[in-house]
Amino acid sequence: MAPLPEPFAGWFAARGWAPRPHQLALLERAQAGKSSLLIAPTGAGKTLAGFLPSLVDLAAMSGDSKRPHRLHTLYVSPLKALAVDVLRNLQTPAQEMGLDLRIETRTGDTPPARRQRQRAHPPDILLTTPEQLCLLIASEHARVFFEDLKAIVVDEVHALAPTKRGDLLALAMARVERWAPGYRRTGLSATVADREALVRWLSPKAEVILGPVGAKPVIEVLDTDARIPWSGHTGRHAIGDVYDAIKRARTALVFVNTRAQAEMTFQELWRVNADNLPIALHHGSLDVEQRRKVEAAMTRGLLRAVVCTSTLDLGIDWGDVDLVIQLGAPKGCSRLVQRIGRANHRLDEPSHALLVPNNRFEVLECRAAKEAVGEGALDGEMARVGGLDCLAQHVMGAACGEPFLADELYEEVVSTAPYADLTRKQFDRVVDMVATGGYALRVYDRYRRIIEDPKTKRWRARTARDAQQHRMNVGAIVEETMLTVKWLAGQAVVNRRVARGERANALRGGRPLGQIEEYFIEGLTSGDTFLFAGQILRFVALVETDVLVTRAVGEDTPKIPSYAGGKFPLSTYLADRVRRIVGNPRAWPKLPAQVREWLRLQKLRSIIPTPEQLLVETFPRAAKHYLVCYPFDGRLAHQTLGMLLTRRLERLGKKPMGFVASEYAMSVWALEPLGDVDMTALFDEDMLGDDLDAWLAESALMKRTFRTCAVIAGMIERKAPGSEKTGKQVTFSSDLIYDVLRSHEPDHVLLQAALADASAGLLDVARLGALLRRIKGSIVHKNLDRISPFAVPVMLEIGKEPVFGAAQDAILEDAEADMVAEAMRH
Amino acid sequence: MSMLSGQRRRAPAPSLKASPQRLQFRAADAGLAFRISGVEAEATAEGALWIASARLLVVSDLHLEKGSSFATRGQMLPPYDTRATLQRLAVLIARLEPDTVVSLGDSFHDHDGPARMDAADAATLRAMTEAADWVWIEGNHDPEAPTWLGGRAMESIAFGDLVLRHEPKAGAAPGEIAGHLHPCAKVAARGRSVRARCFATDGARVVMPAFGAYTGGLNVRDAAFAPLFPDGCVALMLGRTRVYAAPSSRQTPDGA
Repeated sequence: MAPLPEPFAGWFAARGWAPRPHQLALLERAQAGKSSLLIAPTGAGKTLAGFLPSLVDLAAMSGDSKRPHRLHTLYVSPLKALAVDVLRNLQTPAQEMGLDLRIETRTGDTPPARRQRQRAHPPDILLTTPEQLCLLIASEHARVFFEDLKAIVVDEVHALAPTKRGDLLALAMARVERWAPGYRRTGLSATVADREALVRWLSPKAEVILGPVGAKPVIEVLDTDARIPWSGHTGRHAIGDVYDAIKRARTALVFVNTRAQAEMTFQELWRVNADNLPIALHHGSLDVEQRRKVEAAMTRGLLRAVVCTSTLDLGIDWGDVDLVIQLGAPKGCSRLVQRIGRANHRLDEPSHALLVPNNRFEVLECRAAKEAVGEGALDGEMARVGGLDCLAQHVMGAACGEPFLADELYEEVVSTAPYADLTRKQFDRVVDMVATGGYALRVYDRYRRIIEDPKTKRWRARTARDAQQHRMNVGAIVEETMLTVKWLAGQAVVNRRVARGERANALRGGRPLGQIEEYFIEGLTSGDTFLFAGQILRFVALVETDVLVTRAVGEDTPKIPSYAGGKFPLSTYLADRVRRIVGNPRAWPKLPAQVREWLRLQKLRSIIPTPEQLLVETFPRAAKHYLVCYPFDGRLAHQTLGMLLTRRLERLGKKPMGFVASEYAMSVWALEPLGDVDMTALFDEDMLGDDLDAWLAESALMKRTFRTCAVIAGMIERKAPGSEKTGKQVTFSSDLIYDVLRSHEPDHVLLQAALADASAGLLDVARLGALLRRIKGSIVHKNLDRISPFAVPVMLEIGKEPVFGAAQDAILEDAEADMVAEAMRH
Repeated sequence: MSMLSGQRRRAPAPSLKASPQRLQFRAADAGLAFRISGVEAEATAEGALWIASARLLVVSDLHLEKGSSFATRGQMLPPYDTRATLQRLAVLIARLEPDTVVSLGDSFHDHDGPARMDAADAATLRAMTEAADWVWIEGNHDPEAPTWLGGRAMESIAFGDLVLRHEPKAGAAPGEIAGHLHPCAKVAARGRSVRARCFATDGARVVMPAFGAYTGGLNVRDAAFAPLFPDGCVALMLGRTRVYAAPSSRQTPDGA
């Protein structure tokens, strides 16, 4: 291997460092113009390895004072914050080596003037996000901008590739190839199960370079004396243990799976914080200002613990963290490994992690995760097929930039891994959708957004306004509608407003606290208390897009419990391991006594299924009849299963009333006994045909998925801030559009895109299909005379399920009953 | 259903002074029957008002060609909203065989709407305007009615004690049937809630739900309804197959 050139060799030596083999290997391949995927754990000098070839190349050129600053290397990361962090870590060595380089970031926060300047005079190295790259290729000057590009470095490839942002990035990288042929691609990734898939995504010509293997993490599952709850996700029982662990550590990161859990945990920790330890809170909904403060305090080593969500999963180096606490089951090994990697960025020392199960099933899951990580096992990600909505956005972007020939763009698109199997027919349909909406009823031809020049045959945006509209709507991140939480303005303010002649009862907002999902607020009634920004708040009113709150004085517990489930479904791989622990009594002695006892009772009262079997129990309880099954396939797949089984039981005349799904089990209840149902027929795979189709017509989850696709594909514009409610009629609802499109053109491209998404995402039909195939011929039905120990956790979740279809009318009926009662009083 | 029909037998004579608390409802052939200023009307689950005594069918805010209106500005919404709206209307007309059909304004989403309409949709509409006495009431979105598609245009129209106009007048207006506001109501029960289009009425006047396929709604608890219904209103909410009456005590604002 070639040694490092000066001034790099000297710079390393002056610090007593030696370049690592993977850094040199990457340099060598890069100097030969080859693409590489570097897989290495945190702390292995991945970022430096990625930039070293570019720095060496630029250093060799920097003697040439006449060389204009042209874009040499583009760095793409999934997080804005990461780009800023890398800038800091790159500028120091560049300055110390006396390299005259312009290294700049470009993110959504970059002021327009600077972006303008960057377009005209690109820096040597530009650090940016996938969305910004999409914008750059949609610019008329894209060719000139990228002409001199030598390298694209993609950070956290494992987090980007299997997502819609990954689809857009792959397409954008293929487009850049047209202007900078043969530029090399470098991917930086954490350890993954399927590295071939990542290589294909990065570049067909890339090869893997493996970094050093870090020390195995030390993982403990909390063994508590406290009673482990049957169900729930609060972890309240273990707060004392968590606090003790924080006290013993230097700095701890406490990971939870949802914002609501973060809020609750933070609250509970402060309640027991007798030593007044500096414990902070960090999640995506908090005001940016507040988040920056926490990050700064963390970097300066002022904090003992931060309660956080996946916002801190990736990237930024926090320095002194020596313990990661995972509160609640980790849901997947890969995420767990990633989170554990946040502790101790030194390769040779093991990271320490403490897993804290929230309930009994989670004890099993934490145990499975610990064993899996110990064996170095990772979840296999399902290979992603590129979304047609993302392709539509790319086609529009391409037309806004340098006009394209359909043949050429198609070649480019199928050169990317996500779209390798895209047929020309599908491609043409997407181009048509971008141009006219792609409807069989061809009425929008005269409003086309893109047109094919009759002479050159090149496609371009029809008007400057079409291009402008596209640029304002770039990206694959479609946020939930967020509302701003504000303190209710004080009486003094209200009085002043009254004096000015404004409405006396007008409620107004004061200082903002952060952003909250609209769907959460939908469920609240005035006076309800909930946790947000680390305090218990009382909901007063929703005024336009402001959620007005007051401090809930004297309240100990918020009335509205946090969002029940986790955000991520249990990974297939981990589910498999959980089934094996349950089905193998020889593994039980390692489990806590309470859990062992629970399993033993289950064995006594019902049976313990083998890992291959699906246990279905039926039993009566309080004048209703229940069916509970335990597939361990995640809440989303179970929810879809519940929906479909309910339809079937309805047809069998069993009068089903409702169902509830958890990560591990699903329960349906009915008015008629369920013991005589033929379970093999009930769980037959054919439910994925007509029953699924009928349900999709009204599924709220499906409608949410459709909206995301419609926004990404450009059919619906993202709402501009503040335009949500104008006080008069709402502009239109994507639900109504879904209904109309579905009944008039059910095979429209966008409906296909939405179905593909929902199948892999919110409805998890793919997983349900695998479940039904797996259990074929292996269903064990126990007809019991009362509830079994296994059934208790899911039965406790009843009452938290969302409204669907016919249940909506039941609510209306309920409201009407009041009407009748009122009428009767007269 | 049974509770409502039971109530019919016991229903006292309608009081002279209309108030939302004293409103009486009963299930009828077309939908939920109630009195507007003494005149019996039926609210249908499709969102139309049927006044059997006059064989009069009223629909409001069709917003035809809303989809294509967005398309002219680069948002290619599915162009089937006009078709979907007209189909629902055709079914109602076939079932009730009205002598008169009143489209209560904002029949088209914008001024150019009629010109953009697909030929097949225009033919469907023309067949409907020819089958009955068709009245276009002028709306704020479509001040000039497309009489070349048949029917006659009026600013407002009276039927006995009822007066039909697009925009409701502030203050008391007994017998007024209006649209414009796209009323919607939200009710909660069993810890969950449902939001649906509705008729808003206090027994003296009624504000019709928007009939168009792409039309959104404004919550009846919004300040815009306060001048019309100082004592609150009953929301006749559109369920999947029937209409449900929700008293003001059950109506919640959006997000609450």
